[in-house]
Amino acid sequence: MADPQIIPFPQQPLRAPSVAPLLAFDGVSIRRGGGLVLSDLSFGLSPHGISCLLGPNGAGKSLCLRLAAQLILPEEGRITCDLPPSQIAYVPQNPVLLRRSVSGNLVHALKLSGVRWRDRRDRLQTLLTQARLTFAADQPAQSLSSGEAHRLTLVRALASQPQLLLLDEPCASLDPASTAALEELVCTIARSGTKIVLVTHDVGQAKRLADDVVFLASGKVRETGPADRFFEAPGSNAARAYLEGRLLT
Amino acid sequence: MFDFATAFAEAFALVFAGDAALVQIVGLSLWVSGCAVLISCLLGLPLGAALAMTRFAGRRALVVAMSALMGLPPVVVGLTLYLMLSQSGPFAVFELLYTPTAMIIAQVVLVTPIVTTLTRQVIEDLDRDLSETLRALRASWFDRVGTLLWEARLALVTAALAGMGRALAEVGAVMIVGGNINHATRVMTTSIALETSRGELALALALGLVLLALSLGINAAVLGLRDRAEHQVAHG
Repeated sequence: MADPQIIPFPQQPLRAPSVAPLLAFDGVSIRRGGGLVLSDLSFGLSPHGISCLLGPNGAGKSLCLRLAAQLILPEEGRITCDLPPSQIAYVPQNPVLLRRSVSGNLVHALKLSGVRWRDRRDRLQTLLTQARLTFAADQPAQSLSSGEAHRLTLVRALASQPQLLLLDEPCASLDPASTAALEELVCTIARSGTKIVLVTHDVGQAKRLADDVVFLASGKVRETGPADRFFEAPGSNAARAYLEGRLLT
Repeated sequence: MFDFATAFAEAFALVFAGDAALVQIVGLSLWVSGCAVLISCLLGLPLGAALAMTRFAGRRALVVAMSALMGLPPVVVGLTLYLMLSQSGPFAVFELLYTPTAMIIAQVVLVTPIVTTLTRQVIEDLDRDLSETLRALRASWFDRVGTLLWEARLALVTAALAGMGRALAEVGAVMIVGGNINHATRVMTTSIALETSRGELALALALGLVLLALSLGINAAVLGLRDRAEHQVAHG
């Protein structure tokens, strides 16, 4: 895999000036109920590998992801992304499946992505294979187990062959076996060249998957950097406390 | 003193003998109401979905108006349509008064608000659950409407059923614009009203029994279909 890295933006110099950020937040703020839930976020993400938005619940990670997916707009600041919306896919935390078969869900996504009718069958098979759901192709999607439903939701987002895949806690509430299967799928997708931004509060998962980390707490970016450096020597007190398992308030 | 037992016996005899007059009246009722519900669905489903998924000035007022129109008095609809279709009305040229077409129009006016309002409610609830997913899949507005209508198909069948119930049971409007003309615009409800007033309770009761059976039958069939579809969605 290429050497992905967080590119602090714009206050600090880029670690790798030759790599322009694929996605950059510049002074982004969001208010809810009179208070700031995201405060002056500025960071950039390189075009390759897996970036983890890590932090405790309520840090604003999911909101960041929805901003990146262009599902909501920032009230202050600016988000720049080199990709058109059709190249950005977003998978919400809870799998939302249509009342159709597993194949029906995928075919519908392929149709929405503008895939031609004659190409859909091949693409469908590829997606089913990726999700390891070929055996369940004709089953109603609602009858899938939680892990299978998460995998289906993930590959459904690949219907448009996105270059940027945004995953909101994809393994929340999954058992270890299902988590392993999903993480393997995420790694496979990343290896194929799709940039992945993954929200998690699970330090173990971030260690297993992340190439770089954006650590958020209380709606602010506390630290950004390559994963190995972040986990070995966190630079902020908040990140250190979080990694040590202390409770952040 | 009227003999109820005799009237019921005669009514059952008419039903089981397949009395020609009775069959014609039932057939026309089903035709008029079926056409009205079909047209109402063609108008009400997209209109309800659009109301659920669009925000514009005056939307709230339109939603309230649609809900209020669900309780529209049929005789008022009948009278209004009568004035518009009569010789001195603006649509006299079409010569629709006292025709089944006028009755269909009256029922469309009564049923469309029901279908529209129920559709709006169902789609609004569903959109809350699916909106983000569909937007993330980059579905266009029309794609979202189509997807939500298909996802809500089971609930929308119930909306159509409610419309059918209203149409079949309606009497005031079709009486005014149809004229209750024998072999032309006489439907079950207007026949029942007429035969009762004439003291011909056997035919009135026979039609009442058919109306009741139709209502129960349609409800049972749709609920059965719905249960089956829900079972298929959940278990395959």
